[in-house]
Amino acid sequence: MNTEAIKDLLYRMADDALIIGHRNSEWTGIGPMLEEDLAFSSMSQDKIGHAQALYNILYTSFGEKNPDVLAFQRAEKDFRSCQLVELPIGEYDFSLVRHFLFDHAEALRYSLLEASSFAPIAGLARKVRGEIRYHVMHADTFFKQLSTGSEVAKARMQSALNYALPFALGIFEPSAYEEALIAEGIFAGEARLQELWLQKITPLVAAAGLQMPAMDTAKAVYGGRKGYHSEYLQPLLAEMTEVTSIDPSAEW
Amino acid sequence: MYGNTSLTAEEAKIVNSTVEDPEKLAEFEARITRGEKIEPGDWMPDQYRKQLIRMIEQHAHSEIVGALPEGTWITRAPNFRRKLALIAKVQDEVGHGQLLYSAAETLGKTREQMLMDLLSGKSKYSNVFNYPANTWADIAVIGFLVDGAAIVNQVINSKGSYGPYCRALERICYEESFHLKQGHDNFVYLATGTKVQRDMLQEALNRWYRPLLHFFGPSDRDSQHSEKLMKWKVKLASNDDMRNQFLDQYVPKILELGLTLPDPELRRGDDGIWVFGDPDWDEFKRVISGDGPCNAERLEVRRYSELAHRWVREALMNPKEKYVTPLA
Repeated sequence: MNTEAIKDLLYRMADDALIIGHRNSEWTGIGPMLEEDLAFSSMSQDKIGHAQALYNILYTSFGEKNPDVLAFQRAEKDFRSCQLVELPIGEYDFSLVRHFLFDHAEALRYSLLEASSFAPIAGLARKVRGEIRYHVMHADTFFKQLSTGSEVAKARMQSALNYALPFALGIFEPSAYEEALIAEGIFAGEARLQELWLQKITPLVAAAGLQMPAMDTAKAVYGGRKGYHSEYLQPLLAEMTEVTSIDPSAEW
Repeated sequence: MYGNTSLTAEEAKIVNSTVEDPEKLAEFEARITRGEKIEPGDWMPDQYRKQLIRMIEQHAHSEIVGALPEGTWITRAPNFRRKLALIAKVQDEVGHGQLLYSAAETLGKTREQMLMDLLSGKSKYSNVFNYPANTWADIAVIGFLVDGAAIVNQVINSKGSYGPYCRALERICYEESFHLKQGHDNFVYLATGTKVQRDMLQEALNRWYRPLLHFFGPSDRDSQHSEKLMKWKVKLASNDDMRNQFLDQYVPKILELGLTLPDPELRRGDDGIWVFGDPDWDEFKRVISGDGPCNAERLEVRRYSELAHRWVREALMNPKEKYVTPLA
């Protein structure tokens, strides 16, 4: 099997999960209502748990460093997360639209991976299916309710969608290993995933009464998968490692 | 997490002087003496309802404001284990708020009204959350000692007379016992760690010692009592009794780890009563009346959360539905 290809895929997924989990956890205590605080907290725990599980596959199957080192001690340029997950939480409209766009991609990615020839990732995909299903249900419910709830909310959701979509397309930035992943039955590839994703979200956006931004002119924000990040990732990582850097020799 | 409720002289006077239907009152008090729980639809004295709303509401506010100092450390927690535990813990606190607002709603005040009263300053929350969490060690002190103090108070209150509040507290105490474990684990890690970690913890402990003494409210000598609230099992133990129970349980655990407390007068008397130096009750009064290190910041964050997201709540509201007071 193409080890480098699998490792690259695992890093992308783990870094996405860690960073979106980090961002979603910022809603703890300040959500628009207590129920949403609780929902975002739950989802962030799940995502951070997925990141830990993915880093753990890198650790046990490929001899990479342990999950804590991979998450808390890597340089910014080594992260493979897409820029969508790095963006600040902004207002609730943006966080919710990002959650909708990201989690549909995530759900489809894991469902493709259930058939992966790389057993550890197929096993994990089956394990997290239940959790991700709830994330998508939450996203769909609020996406629709807010988009149809009032004129103000609808306008906000449309703006957030217009802003977030090019970043969401960055989720599917192709890697150098697409052909190998597909040929070896590890993963169906980013292009296929993007196609499935568009098929999935387009009718949902329409049902919510919003306009899908024009796909032929939308410009995907690439770079994250190759280590070129937005200006928001470095401060996020600095914050994440603030405590450990006080005394790196200590156990925390 | 919550401290304790105290009455002003004027409030105590109102509670003690309000006249109720004597027959109904006698039956109500007999039920409480028999150990029965009072449920939402039951007859209850006006002052019983008012004081319970005030107390449960303050408790609920304390949970959601209490989520803020710890919440700011979620993104800085040093590894997967601590990060996941802290998110879950803070999430529990917000969940306690949700549970308690529902319990208070059964008495006839809506969550929206309670939150507005929090923002206007009409309704209070536990004073201890007006202090900052400056370092990761503060999170250990809060998780172990502030939660520990809150458990003392909440276990006692769960034996009260109002059914929905007691049931909420039982569940809260169950979850809090896990918080205490994670707080204790973090506390012990730092106390037995490197010199940098031990120093951090000692400094945090020095900062939190006074707010922890203040946690249970003013000394019994200086606070207003209401025999009625005791008889109605709204208030179940005096401030000094609870504080003493806390010191008895926790001071030995702190000293055992080689840490110190910044109070040369602190000692356990032969009668089992702890003696401590003056914790500066003037500061307590100052902070409770709004002039503490974080009062403005805490309310500002809550105000942002409430006002900036009004559009979300409005969009979710169904205009055909009418508000109904929940039953339990």
